[in-house]
Amino acid sequence: MDHKDRFANFSAQNPQKWEDPSVLDYSSRIEPPLQGNPGAQIKFPDPLNELLQASKLQDWDPAAMLNNLSFLEQKIHHLRGLVHSIVGRRDRVSGQAQPYGLVAQQQQLVTADLTSIIVQLISTAGGLLPYVKHTPSTQSATSPSLGQFQPQNGGGGSGGSGVSELQNSVDVSTNEEHESKDEEDGEELGENLFPGTYEILQLEKEEILAPHTHFCTICGKGFKRDANLRMHMRGHGDEYKTPAALAKPNKESSSEPALIKRYSCPFTGCKRNKDHKKFQPLKTILCVKNHYKRTHCDKRYTCSRCNTKKFSVIADLKTHEKHCGKDKWLCSCGTTFSRKDKLFGHIALFQGHTPAIPLDDTKGSTGICDPGDSSEAVNKVGNMDMFNFSSSVDVKGSIDDPAGCFSPLNFETCNFGGFHEIPRQPFDDSESSLAFLLSGSCSYTDKSGED
Amino acid sequence: MKTQGQGQSKRKQLHHPLSPHSNPFDILTEEIVCNILDHLHDDPFATKSFSLTCKSFYFIESRHRRILKPLRPDLLPRTFHRYPFVSHLDLSLCPRVDDPTLNDLSSTWKATLRSINLSRSRFFTNAGLSSLFINCSGLVEVDLCNATHLTDLAASAIAEAKNLERLSLARCKLITDMGIGCIAVGCRKLKSLCLKWCLRVGDLGVQLIALKCKQIRSLDLSYLPITEKCLKSVIRLQHLEDLILEGCHGIDDDGLSTLEQSQSCKSLKMLNLSNCQNVTHTGLSALINGTEQLQQIILAYGSSVSQKILKVTSDLAKCLLTYSKLQSIKLDGCIITWSGIKAMASLDAPFKELSFSKCLGLTDDGLSFLVQSQKDLRKLDITCCRKITYNSIDSVTSSCTSLTSLRMESCSLVPKEAFVLIGERCPFLEELDVTDNEIDDEGLKSISRCSKLSILKLGICSNISDEGLAKFGSCCPLLKELDLYRSIAISDAGIAAIADGCPALEMINIAYNDKITDNSLISLSKCRMLKALEIRGCLGVSSIGLSAIAVGCKQLTVLDIKKCFNIHDNGMLLLAQFSQNLKQINLSYCSVTDVGLVALASLSRLQNMTILHLAGLTPNGLAAALLACRALTKVKLHASFRPLLSQSILGHMEAHGCVFHWRHKAFQKEMDPKGWKLHFGRSSSEVP
Repeated sequence: MDHKDRFANFSAQNPQKWEDPSVLDYSSRIEPPLQGNPGAQIKFPDPLNELLQASKLQDWDPAAMLNNLSFLEQKIHHLRGLVHSIVGRRDRVSGQAQPYGLVAQQQQLVTADLTSIIVQLISTAGGLLPYVKHTPSTQSATSPSLGQFQPQNGGGGSGGSGVSELQNSVDVSTNEEHESKDEEDGEELGENLFPGTYEILQLEKEEILAPHTHFCTICGKGFKRDANLRMHMRGHGDEYKTPAALAKPNKESSSEPALIKRYSCPFTGCKRNKDHKKFQPLKTILCVKNHYKRTHCDKRYTCSRCNTKKFSVIADLKTHEKHCGKDKWLCSCGTTFSRKDKLFGHIALFQGHTPAIPLDDTKGSTGICDPGDSSEAVNKVGNMDMFNFSSSVDVKGSIDDPAGCFSPLNFETCNFGGFHEIPRQPFDDSESSLAFLLSGSCSYTDKSGED
Repeated sequence: MKTQGQGQSKRKQLHHPLSPHSNPFDILTEEIVCNILDHLHDDPFATKSFSLTCKSFYFIESRHRRILKPLRPDLLPRTFHRYPFVSHLDLSLCPRVDDPTLNDLSSTWKATLRSINLSRSRFFTNAGLSSLFINCSGLVEVDLCNATHLTDLAASAIAEAKNLERLSLARCKLITDMGIGCIAVGCRKLKSLCLKWCLRVGDLGVQLIALKCKQIRSLDLSYLPITEKCLKSVIRLQHLEDLILEGCHGIDDDGLSTLEQSQSCKSLKMLNLSNCQNVTHTGLSALINGTEQLQQIILAYGSSVSQKILKVTSDLAKCLLTYSKLQSIKLDGCIITWSGIKAMASLDAPFKELSFSKCLGLTDDGLSFLVQSQKDLRKLDITCCRKITYNSIDSVTSSCTSLTSLRMESCSLVPKEAFVLIGERCPFLEELDVTDNEIDDEGLKSISRCSKLSILKLGICSNISDEGLAKFGSCCPLLKELDLYRSIAISDAGIAAIADGCPALEMINIAYNDKITDNSLISLSKCRMLKALEIRGCLGVSSIGLSAIAVGCKQLTVLDIKKCFNIHDNGMLLLAQFSQNLKQINLSYCSVTDVGLVALASLSRLQNMTILHLAGLTPNGLAAALLACRALTKVKLHASFRPLLSQSILGHMEAHGCVFHWRHKAFQKEMDPKGWKLHFGRSSSEVP
């Protein structure tokens, strides 16, 4: 099972968690199944295992991680609201005897939510493990960015031991190229290794560009990964099928304190070359490979969709193809951006550049709105039920009367009854062209109005 | 109109100054003639008469004309040749301005055009705008309000106007950040920008405006879905004076608190935070921190959340403590606390304008305490402050003797004696609103001492009678606006006194007064400046009175004769003949038939008609009237006519820029369905 599916299930179980901010409604809807058989609903261990297994097949995707984290954040926020309301209700009925059943239900509810949060937290951490596993050498290094993710084997926490088991069981059958890219990026942040505290290795160009690094000693077949080679070796005889032969070769040696290895790019003059004044070493062989290809090789792979973007690492092309065509934010200089704020940052930076409006101007008419950057304001706005579309307000659409053109309420010359109504400015927008912007807030208002 | 010299200042024809065949007006130099022209503002027909005097006057007038406000776009081509130096073009009377029109006018006035108003026009697209802005590179001011059809393409056309300084895009709801980005990059000289109701413009667009257009003085961001993110850039504008953030619900205290304290808008003079429900005094103080020049602050209608504002008005006042140049505070719709009033009173600033309209907590003590130190107060608004009594008025009038404007509609606890004080102590009053108050003739007589009064609202003051009005009319010759809506004790004599004493009267409302007859209208016909007349529900008025108005008041532009059952077609015939300036008319419930309506349709300026429940109206008559009326922009009709009119007629009208409003209102037989007289039963005995 995939992470995303997992989350989809979670949210599908109680969709109102996301949509309905009213805690009262929420609890009343959730209660009935809990009353029936609370244990069956909560099922802590099963989802955990499932999740742990799911994470084995999963490589670490930072975007997914971000999703998970924000999901968790929201969940915690909801839970807080729930508990808050319980506290509030207790205060209100403090004089009266509270029915025991209700309290129990509330507790179960909170427990259930907490459980799911914990499960997801662990699974999110589990997603990181292949990455941790891959760089065991950094365990002893002073690498603050990684340290916090490393499970302490000696640590007494039950969660910690679970995670460490997980670490052993995770197979490194992940997409190494993607992984290493992230590592290289991480290194840009700066690693505080003093010169001389690590060993510098430099591979030659041919070695770097070789498609295979692991070769079968018997038939000469090349493999990208050691694990694949070992799998291959099994076909050459039973002696290769023993657990010792199938085990990872460097497993035992990792315990002894080896000197940290860092790599140098063979290209002279490159910042990653050890002779450079401000030499910045590369962390792994994969980093070397990707760096060399990206920086010093031809960009052989062209995107088949846009036919403009070129890449030298095929994984980069794949990443690009995922987003290609979605770059709808265009500058007059021809640069495209996938995000509006990036375009505006670009325009703010350069003199004479201006947003380019496509001639068919579909954006205006179809009402595409970048949800990413305006959502915050819209959410804020939505919570205030400010948009009063109620037809009772007389929206003066008059274009002839300049003074009253926008006046929201048609005050007659004298005004008695309307005193208590605070004149809210409704948007004079009958064309529903902006419904997309306000739909959320409208439905919200409706709901709360029914209560 | 400007007196820009045109190079040649002397007339050529000077060589025969005294010959009998020459034009006597030729003696005048062009300079003098131009000076005369500059003073012909008051009468809309004056310049027309002027240019018809003689050929040379016609010539001079056509060269001298800078401002043009054409009645209809189809008249525009004729003006191209006649007026070659037009710099300000106001197309607000032309509902239909299409791309070819824009094209033509922009190529004609290529070099001269500085300002154009398209706020009431439709049917043009980005193509027309593009040619306008490319041709007229000198454009400084453009009003594109209400152009709800314009998209980002139009915005990118606007960006061609490199010299643009003032731009209004209010209600351009399809323009997004992208379009605003184009404008920000293109129009670097912008000084004033209005983006009110441009709902698709967010932080990014506004931010870019603030980054690129450093000259901005005035910025209206009302009702935009913006947050503090863009304000960070906005408050760095070095010249920003007016900032309007009305109804920006995305702006809240937390956001504003993240604004850097060192960065503040030093030049800010006016800040409007009305309807910002999530901003309290903490947010406000973060926003105005360091703005030493602040003069006016508007915090009206904080609504539910920002009742915090009101409840902690003392904190609010404290955060205003350092602004010594503050002159005006508007707290409409807020809840004022006693501590808040005390803190406000302790502010150093000598206020010129205070507005507490609909403030729930304003009490006698509070107001008295506040105004006792405000000798310079000019404008005070205490509309619907229902707790204040005689004491407040006493202290206001004794402290603020230089008051020019006092609005106190529906201050129901103020007794009639208080109004005597107003007249005695505030001689400089120019505007007084005592709608729905206890004021009586004694009060009005006292108020007639305010000889500068130009606006007086006496609606629903049933204690006012002819006696008071007569005294008032004889003393206040500057009166321009008078509201006597449902002041049911008045009759013809009072109106006659007003008409005699107030020749400058421009607007009068005598709706729902049973005692008013044709005589009132006949006396009002002496007021040659009368522009707006409302006689809704005056049963005593007939076509005779209306005819007198039509003949006498040539400048009449707005007329409301709803429920004047005795007005017939005859009245319409005379209106059609004489009231060439009429723009707006409400005919509902009148006894006008097809004949009257068709006659009315000949008025070339008529734009706005409300025709509900006209008993004698047939679909054919209506159709004929609609087709004849070339300038119509808005017609209110009963929905029952919709299926009866042919689609092609409706289509034709709509293509000319006319909008139909279909109403389902049921016919009201009763004059007073809401029982007003019962509700205000004070003088019900006087009504027969």
